[in-house]
Amino acid sequence: MNQKQLGYLFEIAWILPSVAVPIAFLVAIVITAFAVGISVPGDAGRVDPKTLNTTAPFDKPGLRELAPGRYEAVITAQLFNFTPGELEIPAGSKVTFIVTSRDVIHGYKVENTPINMMVVPGQISRMTTTFDKPGEYYVYCHEYCGGGHHLMAGKIIVTPAQSASSGR
Amino acid sequence: MATARVSGVPVASERADAAVFSTEHRLTGLNLLVAFIALALGGLFGVTQALQYNGIDLYKPIAPVLRGGYYQGLALHGVLNVLVFTTFFIIGWLTFTTTRSFGIPLASRTLGWVTFGVMTGGLLIAALPLLLNNATVMFTFYPPLKADPFFYIGLTLVVVGTWLLLANQVMTLRQWRAANPGVRIPLAAFMSIVTMTMWVICTFGVATEMLFLLIPWSLGLVQGTDPVLARTLFWFTGHPIVYFWLLPAYISWYNFIPKQAGGKLFSDPMARVSFILFLILSTPIGLHHQYTDPGISETWKLIHAIFTFGVFFPSLLTFFNVVASLEHGGRSRGGKGWLMWVFSLPWREPSFTAQVLAMILFAFGGAGGLINASYNINLVVHNTSWISGHFHLTVGTAVTLTFMGITYWLVPHITGRKLWSPPMALAQAWTWFLGMGMFSHWMHQLGLMSMPRRTAIGAANYMQPEWQPLLPFVMIGALIMFVSAILYYLNMIMTITAGKKEAVPMAPFARAISGPEDSPRVLDNFKPWLTISFILIVINYAPTLIRLISTTPLNIPGMRSW
Repeated sequence: MNQKQLGYLFEIAWILPSVAVPIAFLVAIVITAFAVGISVPGDAGRVDPKTLNTTAPFDKPGLRELAPGRYEAVITAQLFNFTPGELEIPAGSKVTFIVTSRDVIHGYKVENTPINMMVVPGQISRMTTTFDKPGEYYVYCHEYCGGGHHLMAGKIIVTPAQSASSGR
Repeated sequence: MATARVSGVPVASERADAAVFSTEHRLTGLNLLVAFIALALGGLFGVTQALQYNGIDLYKPIAPVLRGGYYQGLALHGVLNVLVFTTFFIIGWLTFTTTRSFGIPLASRTLGWVTFGVMTGGLLIAALPLLLNNATVMFTFYPPLKADPFFYIGLTLVVVGTWLLLANQVMTLRQWRAANPGVRIPLAAFMSIVTMTMWVICTFGVATEMLFLLIPWSLGLVQGTDPVLARTLFWFTGHPIVYFWLLPAYISWYNFIPKQAGGKLFSDPMARVSFILFLILSTPIGLHHQYTDPGISETWKLIHAIFTFGVFFPSLLTFFNVVASLEHGGRSRGGKGWLMWVFSLPWREPSFTAQVLAMILFAFGGAGGLINASYNINLVVHNTSWISGHFHLTVGTAVTLTFMGITYWLVPHITGRKLWSPPMALAQAWTWFLGMGMFSHWMHQLGLMSMPRRTAIGAANYMQPEWQPLLPFVMIGALIMFVSAILYYLNMIMTITAGKKEAVPMAPFARAISGPEDSPRVLDNFKPWLTISFILIVINYAPTLIRLISTTPLNIPGMRSW
């Protein structure tokens, strides 16, 4: 085998795994996204930030129990806080976050959960997760939104499950 | 074989080259000068941020000059380092590689000066509001944060200026082809043209955003804007811009490093294929920066994720080709064994060492990038300090340390002055590697602990006890980089002003083990690749853009919240 043929052999030996490895990663992603259900926010519709106070559901921000153990958290983000800033949820609850902004772009990241969204004026951000472990979860605005950006945070308190209310 | 230039150019022909390319050298030199002034100023604000994280607030003493404090410094850091430094360096560098690789001057030197004039004019226009704290909107300038119109106009001019280099390259290519019928395009010129072509295609996004959304809105001609539409147009350019930064570094790794290592490029055809793939795949993947955005469907996000994994492939080709070339160099210098050849490489040579160290950190940056691209895994790290850590490995090291490494031979070559202190340059490369490695590692770690990016952590009302012990290491990394920067600038200033005057040859172009004759000629014909690129962009972007544009109420007012 001359040097060139050997070179081609090396190239093939590198190219095949270079194709196979990313494909394997992609398969893993598709499985976790669709079979396990860890997906990213999608298109949840527009809303006019000037009329939030009269537009459902943002006219009444807060936590609503839809069914036993099933919650909806409606939140508005504005310079430099979230409304409501604190939520209390029993462990085991499945919560859908519905968030929008009144002014500029903010972020909404709940630590140690998959909840991580851009919060954009004019758009509704929506994501769902289940809180299994009791404790305090900080919520950070993770997009630069102005001079007080580093003061913009919230908290989710997950209380130990009471079998009656969380029903799991 | 056009890529094969004779190494060890004799001094006489070196003087002749300096005469033939004097204008190109001046253009390259001026672009580099603007680039490195921007890096110095922007870099300083990087250090002050790392200090602020640890409760050392330098913004108060400089408040008379810089009213906007942490966030104005942050905006300067981003704009000057990732937009100004990179763009000016690249335009200067590609002017050099294109003309020297073809062996003929620019087709239009007037256009070359116009390019530099438009870019510098744009920079000055954008700099004013930035320095006056009227454009503290970061280098991403997401609306509805609303900056002074001059900021948008100036940046647009910088981009428009860069387009002129492609026009000049194409004219130069035509001239060269007329004189060299049937000859394959030299590799470095080929890559330089592909890089600029990719860049001109992708800047359609940010140009549209500027001309149709941000400029009229900041001038008050329209009342409202649409942030998600603006972000989509921004990231249409914002991901390929990463390749606009990286490919010029790759040009050095492919065309000069193999020879600097003492060997040959492993495969010229593989190099051409990887650049064609970058041309095709860089743009139709931008939505992977918007996985967490509302208003864009999961389906298109996932499709962009798949294509992003596709563009990982040419990077893997580059990795293989460059490391194989290094191995060839190491073995040519007498290296033996599976890995021991590494120690036979010219580690005393600062230009070589800087660039290989840049490659090593880039391997980690690339792996991290794959994590960021991974659709739902990105939820763990999106907009945390992990991301800042990531791009300090990529643009901050793979690109910046490579560019510094290039200047260790390029600046002596174009100024005709020997590098003032090679040992100092060597120390600079290692300290950058060490400082950035440390800084980035802990930023990644803090990101996994949910520490947000672009945040004045030292003043945050939610400082977490588990972040605190790690923050000093971020600062130490930044301070090591600060030392590295001082070594770099001292060396460069001394080289330009006091370096020994002599004709310094350019780093010679590397020959290839497998040359261009082993690849199909269609690679040198841009039309089919441009067509495929265009089709993929339309498929991957048209549905999202059409839906956003057709439904936009353009009703979001601007705001100054800093």
